[in-house]
Amino acid sequence: MLQSPLAAKNDVAIATTALTKSYSNGRMQVLKGVDLSIRHGERVALIGSNGSGKSTLLKCLIGLHALNEGSVHTLGETFNKVPSATQRARLRKQTGFVFQKHCLVKRHSVLTNVVHGMLGLPGSWRAFTQATAPSDWRTKALSALEDVHLEDKAKSRADALSGGQQQRVAIARAIVRGPKLVIADEPAASLDPVSGKEVMDLFSDLARAHGITLLFTSHDMEHAAAYSDRIIALKAGQVLFDKDSDDVDDTDLQETFN
Amino acid sequence: MTSLNHAARARFSGSSSISFVLIVIVGAIILSSINSVAPSPAQLADGVPSMVKMIGRMLPPNMESSFMNRVGLRLIETFQIALAGAAIGIILSLPIGWLAAKKVSPIGPGFWLVKVVVSLLRTIPDLVWALLFVVTVGLGAVAGTMTIVVDTIGFCGRFFAEAMEDADKEPQEALSAIGANKVSILFGAILPDAAPSMINTSLFALEKAVRSSVVLGLVGAGGIGQELKAAFDLFQYKNASAIILVIFVIVLVMELITDWLRTKLQ
Repeated sequence: MLQSPLAAKNDVAIATTALTKSYSNGRMQVLKGVDLSIRHGERVALIGSNGSGKSTLLKCLIGLHALNEGSVHTLGETFNKVPSATQRARLRKQTGFVFQKHCLVKRHSVLTNVVHGMLGLPGSWRAFTQATAPSDWRTKALSALEDVHLEDKAKSRADALSGGQQQRVAIARAIVRGPKLVIADEPAASLDPVSGKEVMDLFSDLARAHGITLLFTSHDMEHAAAYSDRIIALKAGQVLFDKDSDDVDDTDLQETFN
Repeated sequence: MTSLNHAARARFSGSSSISFVLIVIVGAIILSSINSVAPSPAQLADGVPSMVKMIGRMLPPNMESSFMNRVGLRLIETFQIALAGAAIGIILSLPIGWLAAKKVSPIGPGFWLVKVVVSLLRTIPDLVWALLFVVTVGLGAVAGTMTIVVDTIGFCGRFFAEAMEDADKEPQEALSAIGANKVSILFGAILPDAAPSMINTSLFALEKAVRSSVVLGLVGAGGIGQELKAAFDLFQYKNASAIILVIFVIVLVMELITDWLRTKLQ
């Protein structure tokens, strides 16, 4: 179901050039000329204090927010302000997104929530519930649930699951399309330490096993160091440092969060 | 103690002069209205014997089988008006509620225009709609059904829109990020979340439709109300009391059924 490990490790999955983003007609500048590059199959943690521009950057990378200046290159699609409709469709096909809160539809079954990952693909109007979704999509959803070890919960209502389990369902929803890139905004922030670790272990294992490029934001430095190959720090909308995870020291962190 | 008092809001210490003037004005309006339209003690004293006499003429209710058969047929028609009108109204209210829901509507800022139309449907009383439809489509049940449809849209359109506006935003944003279009977000995230409230509203609409449909006949829009009007017009008060009893029973039964359905479906 998922992509096989990518051979072309050195290919660029994401690159930004002088990315600038502001709100309120330019009065609030959130990103100030961000340059970064992420290779296919890399696991990258994006760190920074609140308001440093992490979430905005993630959204700009996949065209959910329009840029003001600069350009973005994601999975072969290069765009300035926003991706074109065709580019957006191609991007969404290859990208999974996981939010801080799982954002599941509470009253739906776990399986339906995973099938929702197919929405936006051609012919996806039937995917608003598992009962009407094409049978191969249903099979893919069940397979994604196996990947997150929740196949026995397919019939349960989403809100009957624990916070950690719900976030694992959100991961299944993100990977059901077989994405090349998964972007996760604070995936473990709303979970207790044990569930948070489980979720990050799962993320990391899936990314490694299937060659998925993983870009996640985190406030937890242990998570950032343990589950990434590289750490990029943002401060006041600019890249403060971009280093291998093993090379990041306390001085870097103090500078990032002070 | 002083510091605690300081933390609390000030005690009521009499009204300001503006409040006092406002209270006097509102009081004067209420008293003048009572004086103009409320029954005087003399009128009440005169009216009571007439009322007692009227109740005497209404008793015992006419339970003759031929009359009850006629009432039964009218009752079936009343139910049909209520059911058909409410069902069509509820179905039409789904897209209308969606169009009228702020921040959810597929027509963006145009939502308020739909909201205004729904308000218009709701604020005009059902008997006025019935009169309009009697004039346009003629006497009978069709005018009654159309009235219930419009009345239901006015009621459900508003509450469906509110339920959709209140639906959990996070799953909607997640589906939007995935690439779902507005229709998929409606069916995938909004309706599942808004369903309990919408089912409740629909059951109230059905209850309301039954209550409305029994009086629509008073203006010629079919149903048991037509029989009630005929009974009063012809001074057949025993027939009228039987019909009132039947109306009471069916509205009560309907309320019990919808209450039961509500507890089952929640």
